[in-house]
Amino acid sequence: MTHYWFALWGIVFRELFRFVKQKERFLSALVRPLVWLFVFAAGFRAALGIAIIPPYDTYILYEVYITPGLIGMIQLFNGMQSSLSMVYDREMGSMRILLVSPLPRWFLLTSKLLAGVFVSILQVYVFLMIAWFYDIQPPIEGYLWVLPVLILTGLMLGALGLLLSAFIKQLENFAGVMNFVIFPMFFMSSALYPLWKLQESSQVLHLIAKYNPFTQAVEFIRFALYGQLNQEAGLATLLAFVVFLMIAIIGYNPSKGMMKRKGR
Amino acid sequence: MSEQALEVSELNFSYGKKQVLYDLTFQIEKGQCAFLLGPNGAGKSTLFSLITRLYDQDKNNIKLAGFDIKTQPLKALARLGVVFQQTTLDLDLSVKQNLLYHAALQGISPKKAKVLIQQQLEQLDMFERQNEVVRQLNGGHRRRVEIARALMHQPKLLLLDEPTVGLDIASRESIVKHVHQLCEHTGLAVLWATHLMDEVLDKDKIIMIHQGKIRAEGSRDDLMQQTSTELLSEAFFSLTNSRGE
Repeated sequence: MTHYWFALWGIVFRELFRFVKQKERFLSALVRPLVWLFVFAAGFRAALGIAIIPPYDTYILYEVYITPGLIGMIQLFNGMQSSLSMVYDREMGSMRILLVSPLPRWFLLTSKLLAGVFVSILQVYVFLMIAWFYDIQPPIEGYLWVLPVLILTGLMLGALGLLLSAFIKQLENFAGVMNFVIFPMFFMSSALYPLWKLQESSQVLHLIAKYNPFTQAVEFIRFALYGQLNQEAGLATLLAFVVFLMIAIIGYNPSKGMMKRKGR
Repeated sequence: MSEQALEVSELNFSYGKKQVLYDLTFQIEKGQCAFLLGPNGAGKSTLFSLITRLYDQDKNNIKLAGFDIKTQPLKALARLGVVFQQTTLDLDLSVKQNLLYHAALQGISPKKAKVLIQQQLEQLDMFERQNEVVRQLNGGHRRRVEIARALMHQPKLLLLDEPTVGLDIASRESIVKHVHQLCEHTGLAVLWATHLMDEVLDKDKIIMIHQGKIRAEGSRDDLMQQTSTELLSEAFFSLTNSRGE
């Protein structure tokens, strides 16, 4: 059992250390949601009126509405970034050192996921701290409630990235998938506009957004940030995590052949 | 426990319909240094990927220190050290951090790891550089770190996939000498894939592989005798028909 702890610690430590070393990565991870918050949200404040919807019990500013969506965005990008680094690691070879170690592959991949989630949570709290000075101030307990939620949402989005990395052969292909995954997931969700508003414009888009796992993650975060548990969103996030992780593990399993097929 | 560090028996492998390995059978004993020689595309890297379980095989054809790589993969992998052809170090981390990461993956406590890191790095004259970032090291030094890493958990078998390619003569000689000493003094078994025949010593075992088949197996002298040649390179060309490739 201690072997597992040492390995988990080693993998998390490596990821954190790499993250701290890559200052540009930290900055860009932070600047992206801040630009959305300071520029996009300010511009759209007047155009998009938000009615009173749970978990909010009063009228809110658009900035307040999109904050959970931007937290989701941080985790979505982080999940994709981790998987991008896995494709890179596989091309560069360091993934081999991980996969050749004497531990079950599911454990190694889950540890790698957890390491990525820790990094994303650090980013989220720094973002929330800056947002606090911008008058986006959820109740204090919300900052605590959101922590376990961020672990699950981070795992789900990381597992999605892991799944993609198992099926992508080269870094070049990855850029395309980023466009086909990140942007549709983000725009067809409740991150920027409530689902009922989307329903007014298009039933199809509303349906897609409703069943988009990213919507569920964002709603899970939104409610937790205001001290409430959105069970439906939580269960959907958990389900999506389990499904994504299982497919990813199959993808990385030598006998199932993703590695084999690639001949890497 | 078996004295065989590696047993490969009737190993076949295909990429889809294209078969790349045919009925490979060979053993490497404890303390033996074996060289896998063969032209590009002979199947050396595929064989390494099978031994390291990066690829899976249908049958139980590979045993590592007595443990089947398919049915007891964790026990088998715990007894394996690998230096891959491409460098697999994290360039942004220091030498010590890279080794600590590997130790953690092998289940070695940080305290014990520090002792082992010192031991391994001292043997390779790299201890002074333990706090340097890998990116700042030259190719020879990076290879030495990778060898230290592969040996940290005291494996029974060390796999070396063309570890000296691109290194200067002094670095090559130092690695060749160190690995042979390890075989002799510690009982470590080595499987070393290379194109550079001057790395092979008289007492070493050679496995000549070409187009996925073992063409010859034995010592340098055995192979030269078998092909009526006077140089190992001549024997290689004769067995692989690869002159001018």
